[in-house]
Amino acid sequence: MLPSLIFFVGFVVLPMIICIFLSFTDANMHDQSMFGNFVALANYTKLFSDKTFLDALWNTFVIVIVSVPTVCAFSLWVASAIYKMHGAACSAFRVIFYLPVVTGSVAVTAVWKWMYNNYYGIFNSVLKGAHIIENNINWLGDDRFALWCIILILFTTSVGQPIVLYVSALGNVDVSLIEAAHVDGATDLQAFWKVKWPQIMPTTLYILVITTINSFQCFALIQLLTQGGSGTNTVMYYIYYTAFKLTEQAGHFGYANAMGVILALAIAALSAVQFKLAKEK
Amino acid sequence: MKSGVERVTAYKVISWIVLIVLAVLFTFPLYWIITGAFKTGADINNVKEIVWFPTEFTLANFAKLFERRTAPLFNIGTLIEGPIVPAAFRWLLNTVFMAVMAMVLTCLTAAMAGYALAKKRFAGRAIVFGLIVCAMALPKQVILIPLLKEMSALNLIDNIWAVIFPTVGWPFGVFLMKQFSEGIPGEILEAARIDGASELKTFFTVVLPIIKPGVGALAIFTFINSWNDYFMQLVMLSSNNNYTISLGISTLMAETSIDMGVLMAGAALASIPIIIVFLIFQKYFTQGITMGAVKG
Repeated sequence: MLPSLIFFVGFVVLPMIICIFLSFTDANMHDQSMFGNFVALANYTKLFSDKTFLDALWNTFVIVIVSVPTVCAFSLWVASAIYKMHGAACSAFRVIFYLPVVTGSVAVTAVWKWMYNNYYGIFNSVLKGAHIIENNINWLGDDRFALWCIILILFTTSVGQPIVLYVSALGNVDVSLIEAAHVDGATDLQAFWKVKWPQIMPTTLYILVITTINSFQCFALIQLLTQGGSGTNTVMYYIYYTAFKLTEQAGHFGYANAMGVILALAIAALSAVQFKLAKEK
Repeated sequence: MKSGVERVTAYKVISWIVLIVLAVLFTFPLYWIITGAFKTGADINNVKEIVWFPTEFTLANFAKLFERRTAPLFNIGTLIEGPIVPAAFRWLLNTVFMAVMAMVLTCLTAAMAGYALAKKRFAGRAIVFGLIVCAMALPKQVILIPLLKEMSALNLIDNIWAVIFPTVGWPFGVFLMKQFSEGIPGEILEAARIDGASELKTFFTVVLPIIKPGVGALAIFTFINSWNDYFMQLVMLSSNNNYTISLGISTLMAETSIDMGVLMAGAALASIPIIIVFLIFQKYFTQGITMGAVKG
């Protein structure tokens, strides 16, 4: 018990407390003192008049709103299509959909960077070959596409885990209940909504929460592909940028921590809403 | 009835087709990495037509990758230095070290803590468990800056341990181990105590064998996550000799003139080992993911 608590308190709980504390100070990288000066809510008021932050917040919001429902719906469909299959086929599909997760964010980003490439990327070649587009599209450099490109990659790396979870949840649904529903004349669709859906609700809830957290945390993709350009800045990236990149605000830890606190609050609020909605059903 | 059967099969056929198309699309990036790593520059830069399969296999990309940077294979203290090898080997070695250490420490500490949380009564137990669940929902990156300050206070900046410790502290493992430990029958523990076994002996000879499947799942889960984590490594590690393979590849990516073949060679080097590990242990892995979700 004790060793684990040391790690947990030392490297998770303590930083959490310091984070909240620092968000009320003007601490920065160049300052020799550990904590800087107390500035009360100045960081927070500044945040909400910072255009870049508000844009980043909006983009993060778009990513979450788009990816969470699509990931859930997609993985539920795939899971319900494969969970009754023969064992080997089912696990083959599970492995395949999990592959992008295992490949690792950097390797995945590297290959997508190539596929999206303006000159010799496969997207432009295929679309031009099919005469869908006339000229090469600069996928990652164009405000209209860049964010959607990021969302697409995020999607492929997000569905693996939900599919595994749904397959096992669907496998645990009481078969006799479904048979009873069929005997009573229910169609497959009715049996699904009335019998299976309520039973897999806890799994759905868990998936909603982890997908939300994952989408909020989307970082590697943005740092490696666009560096927050082309309208893809997110809160996560902006925290990193404020804290470590050379700008006029370089090393402004207090400010970055205030963003971190806002991000954590946003995630907590969304999770709470999801829990509440799920409970009501 | 008959039409019902036909409709079901039609739906089944369509869903099979869609599934197979999706499976191909999902494997494609990996295929593209592996084939890209062996393609010649002419194949990669061919803008006239897409080269789906390398026209000839070349190792030039790997050769270029290895030439680019070198590093000693290992350092012990500041005095002993290993032979100079391509930096990618050093990066791989660092990554393996990091992932194995994170795995061993996480399993050991999490198994003890999970067992204690499930089977012992002590003051503050509910608070600890509540904190663990809350922390699991917290984005890791939020605590990044304080962590960095801590690490610099501990003099661990640019040290691989700065990445390992926060991974070990991450409470998912404790949570998972608690789920598994709930299933240990109280009578066995009672019997061990009556036999006069010490607390530590009980843990290693009675508890650990029972929760072994759980520990296996956690081990593989931690290993893969730690191998593929990028953010923590990016912030904590800064010198060539301490890079992990992910960081190494990402620095390659940042160099704008990089050719895609070399980049794919790097990506292949970073991903193939972990994919092999995953395929070997995937049974435990899926078990681990599922167990973690039971009763969230």
